[in-house]
Amino acid sequence: MKFPLSRIAHTRSGDKGDTANIGVIALEEKHYPILVREVTAERVKRHFGEFVLGEVERFELPNLGALNFLLHGALDGGGTVSLRVDAQGKTLGAALLGLEIEADASELEN
Amino acid sequence: MIRIANGQGFWGDWLEAPVRLVEQGPIDYLALDYLAEVTMSILQKQKLADPVLGYARDFPPLIGRIAGKLRERNIKVIANAGGVNPGACARAVLKAAPGLRVAVVTGDDVYPRLDSFAASGYQMRDMDSGEPLASIRSRILSANAYIGAFPLAEALATGANVVIAGRSTDTALALAPMVHRFGWKWDEWDKLAAGTIAGHIIECGAQATGGNCQVDWQSIPDMSEIGYPIVEAEPDGSFVVTRHSSSGGRVNRDTVKEQLLYELGDPKNYITPDCVADFTSVHLEDMAADRVRVSGIRGAPRPPTLKLSIAYEYGWKATGTLVYTRPQAIEKARAADRIVRARLGRLGLKFERIHTEILGLNACHGPAAGETADPPEVQLRIGVRGQDRKAVDRFTRELIPLVLSGPPGATGFGEGKPPVREIVAYWSALIPRDEIQTRVEVIE
Repeated sequence: MKFPLSRIAHTRSGDKGDTANIGVIALEEKHYPILVREVTAERVKRHFGEFVLGEVERFELPNLGALNFLLHGALDGGGTVSLRVDAQGKTLGAALLGLEIEADASELEN
Repeated sequence: MIRIANGQGFWGDWLEAPVRLVEQGPIDYLALDYLAEVTMSILQKQKLADPVLGYARDFPPLIGRIAGKLRERNIKVIANAGGVNPGACARAVLKAAPGLRVAVVTGDDVYPRLDSFAASGYQMRDMDSGEPLASIRSRILSANAYIGAFPLAEALATGANVVIAGRSTDTALALAPMVHRFGWKWDEWDKLAAGTIAGHIIECGAQATGGNCQVDWQSIPDMSEIGYPIVEAEPDGSFVVTRHSSSGGRVNRDTVKEQLLYELGDPKNYITPDCVADFTSVHLEDMAADRVRVSGIRGAPRPPTLKLSIAYEYGWKATGTLVYTRPQAIEKARAADRIVRARLGRLGLKFERIHTEILGLNACHGPAAGETADPPEVQLRIGVRGQDRKAVDRFTRELIPLVLSGPPGATGFGEGKPPVREIVAYWSALIPRDEIQTRVEVIE
């Protein structure tokens, strides 16, 4: 079945210059494999479309049941240069919670 | 075991937080982080205007307020409040709290040495863009090397009540007391990485104790009295993250995980002047309510280079807003934006960028926002930036006229034309670490 990422994960986002980072953390660590399979760098890049000028990189933290994404060129120059209201990408984590992902009911219950 | 608290996540954080930390329960060290990347340049400008300024001005009055408790409970303060003028900061602290012993760490400011670096053959290039230093040389406002925990530990060893540094790393403020008290050596990488990660967890203040936390956020107790984070550090590198029991907020694995991921790059290579910490080695355990134990952390050798934080004059910007309401709020805002752009175009004004966003529609989430049908009201927000201050200033006159000359029902034009702001941008490069010699000076 399909459902939004918010059902199984929480996020926090921030900035380093013109790069935004989004940490995606499984609410229950048993759901981490679903995150690894479903929340790919390509899907994250597609989700944010024209917001991300550069590449999206993904790193895995199995010890925390978490993924870390770097969205390069996502902040209109970042910091003091950016003209965006969210120049530091504080809300991008919440924006990713709407990403639609897929898993079997049995996988969710495991 | 030693208790290290963080009472300030940035300059402008809650003024009462450090006061609560010294009043509500036991702590041994109070770390206060005042510096963001661009803060140094703001301070440099203040120092140019007045040679006794150039530090975090919140800091001396705070020490004046808590000096009694610092003495009574033998709490030591470690802060990067010195900015580009740690000596002046120390003198202001002594004026606000006479009788304290203050240690000042200097040596991070390399602004006067930039040309000698270039003359001795260092080709400094921006770590992001790869551009050479020459491209911004005439516009540089400040240049500081990030320094680590060891100079701060040396300052603690003088017996000072307050240690003031300039551009130390945020994590060093918490690691320094561990190095000092536990006698950790410069090459004990696992322990240094543990202290560094402890520093990362507390460096943003209440962001580790329930602030900005998504999980069950409506049920987090009394956020008006949120407790700032405390690390109970052990000599073996393990530690517990907690808060004072009479404060608000929450500490559990969810809140600590969110902060661990905050502003993180490659989790296996978190590079500091002291070590390279591996975030994939962190083990978290909920011990009891508001107590999370952290252990298992591994580290790798520190790099042979230090990072320079360089601030320079980039240009000018301004951002103005107008509010439109139903019906057709979005359509009206878009029409207004087209009018402004057409008028700017006919004036022949050149900008590096004109940026339009519609708050209430998709300003924050962009393409991820999804569809919204006819919201009751939206805020149109148009910003420009460029090198030509006059062009930016002319732009600031183009929004308010739309109240009478544009789509119907414009309001929310605030207090007139928006201000023109200078953009001070950030540039970073690496230099060999032996170029930086820190010094500790005690002032009483």
